[in-house]
Amino acid sequence: MYVYDEHDRQMAVERVAQFRDQTERALAGELAEDEFLPLRLQNGLYVQRLAPMLRICVPYGMLRSVQLRRLARITRDYDKGYAHFTTRQNIQLNWPNLEDVPDILAELAEVEMHSNQTSGNCIRNTTTDQFSGVQSDELTDPRPYCEIIRQWSTFHPEFAYLPRKFKVAVNASEKTDRAAIQVHDIGLQIVRNEAGELGFRVHVGGGLGRTPMVAPVIREFLPELDLLTYLESVLRVYNRYGRRDNKFKARIKILVKALTPEGFAEKVEAEWAHIKDSPSRLTPEAIDRIKSYFTEPAYAILDNATELLAQQRFENRGFDQWLKYNVDVHKKPGYAIVSLTMKKTGTPPGDVTDRQLEQIADLADEYSFGEVRVTHEQNVVLADVRQDRLLELWQEIVPMGFGTANLNMLTDIICCPGGDFCALANAKSIPVADAIQRRFDNLEFLYDLGEIDLNISGCMNACGHHHVGNIGVLGVDKKGEEFYQVSLGGASQHDATIGKILGPSFARDDMPDVIAKIIDVYVNKRTEEESFLDTYRRVGIDPFKERVYA
Amino acid sequence: MPDIIFRDGSIRQNQWNVVQRPENGEALDIPTQQRVLIPADLWVENRERFIGNDDVGAWLDSHDEPEILADYVNDLPMIAVNFPKFSDGRGYSSARLLRERFGFKNELRAIGDVLLDQLQFMKRCGFDTYELRPDKDIRKAARCLNFFSQGYQAATDTDLPLFRRRAS
Repeated sequence: MYVYDEHDRQMAVERVAQFRDQTERALAGELAEDEFLPLRLQNGLYVQRLAPMLRICVPYGMLRSVQLRRLARITRDYDKGYAHFTTRQNIQLNWPNLEDVPDILAELAEVEMHSNQTSGNCIRNTTTDQFSGVQSDELTDPRPYCEIIRQWSTFHPEFAYLPRKFKVAVNASEKTDRAAIQVHDIGLQIVRNEAGELGFRVHVGGGLGRTPMVAPVIREFLPELDLLTYLESVLRVYNRYGRRDNKFKARIKILVKALTPEGFAEKVEAEWAHIKDSPSRLTPEAIDRIKSYFTEPAYAILDNATELLAQQRFENRGFDQWLKYNVDVHKKPGYAIVSLTMKKTGTPPGDVTDRQLEQIADLADEYSFGEVRVTHEQNVVLADVRQDRLLELWQEIVPMGFGTANLNMLTDIICCPGGDFCALANAKSIPVADAIQRRFDNLEFLYDLGEIDLNISGCMNACGHHHVGNIGVLGVDKKGEEFYQVSLGGASQHDATIGKILGPSFARDDMPDVIAKIIDVYVNKRTEEESFLDTYRRVGIDPFKERVYA
Repeated sequence: MPDIIFRDGSIRQNQWNVVQRPENGEALDIPTQQRVLIPADLWVENRERFIGNDDVGAWLDSHDEPEILADYVNDLPMIAVNFPKFSDGRGYSSARLLRERFGFKNELRAIGDVLLDQLQFMKRCGFDTYELRPDKDIRKAARCLNFFSQGYQAATDTDLPLFRRRAS
């Protein structure tokens, strides 16, 4: 993965000094609260319901073991000994002290980490597929482009005070879209044109929140060297013309809709015509330099361990299930991609203790070249595990709580921190996830149901991506009481769809029953091959409505 | 009048007055014996009167399109861009367009809700001078203009992004 050079290091150190200075001025009363607000947000610092919350950036989800160990130490020294993996591949601390934050940032900078632009009305962390570089069906590794975007967007002088936050995601697989690019402000799909040249299909104006939208395509093919000048053009059009009078209408999706995708694209093209040949145009050398950090690790020359695994699976049912659900095919023979699930019932989705962070670091060093990836489903991936060591790994992780073989199952719930922690939330989300996990604790039944995305958000801001869950749950406030609205049919991959609201909302205690009834309808209506989403798309929402509101 | 910060951090006396947009129906009242900045569209409307007068510049509000000055930029001794609220970032784009697209060579000034922590961004986008909000400590400006020794991107201050500087 990317390693800082002297320029990156220098700017990281300067950033910490800047925030230290800003924090001192804020504490001395020289900065009004509204003046300090964007400064602290652009350093990841929220003031939350119970304490400040610090969102630490994990660029496109990549972490080294040394960084995990440092995070563990920080949670011990400055927090309550645990952290939270977010739905945008980042990590949050829930209990730091405001005056300690500059020290935390200094500790992070020592291991090439930061919290730049993890909040605020600026360009946020660029996200991508957690299987980048190790899956066989991608056109190219998207991570170098994410890093190029990271550098371009970091401290961009023109785009630090946008109308609203701005999120970019990149995907390189034609079959899957684990980055959910079509619900981002800009979604970049890596493609080849007819001449075989590499480039991007550019989607602009997707998003969740109050007005969920799937992003239209505004350019079918953008040559790779033109990436940054084109992004700059999109951002400039947005910065100039995006609405600033109403926070709820300020995202780029509203501008794209108002101008129509064609009208918006025209404005971008006109802007781009002026700058496309400027020195900001990428060079093949610049791309190659970044790519040189994402080369393959020193893989052993192996054959697939098919027979060994077959025997081990035969002898051990638990291992067999785990292999089936939590382990994916690797592009290299003899290797496998392992997802560690952070969704053990009884623990809020995505929460990890300091000790677990260190355990993950040890596992990375022992099994996967010292690197891990954080997923937007709030799990952790060991991307390069030898097949002949899978059993050994599984035996280690089960007692740690990372071996629940429920990846992509109903209980692999995406869930925001909700009303237990977040000042914005209308309702709690963690207890709902917990109650559903407890209700569906039979793995055999879950396997029979197959893949179902269940996503829970505690409010409209949709950090739990409820709109694109096959089953989405949204916490709403009704006269001071917490209720939950259910939507069905959402999808986040290439078939991105915003879910449809089932009907009136439910009390929290009813939620496990409601989900059970929805599952019931699926089980009764499905044909042999159908997933939940397939059945929903075939039969529509009415049978679910009838059963749930009967 | 409050002092003015220059891009090198030095502080000098301000000589320019911002003339507000006249209320509906009222005539533009330009003080004599002073250097003035008038609303950009009014400058354009009355440009025959002002071209060649180095005591009359123009100011753009955050929602004004800098394109209206595109054909005349270097007829103006000064252009100011107003930040009605520091969190309104349109002025950064206006500044870059004036400099990089329309080739404005004379003094570009940030006025309005100008605070310390935005100064370096303003400098990178081509502003030369900054009229700091009077309640802010002008002695801290030099430090805030120079928190960073370089940037990743090209902007008005350098047309070479870091990836090109790294290569050389």
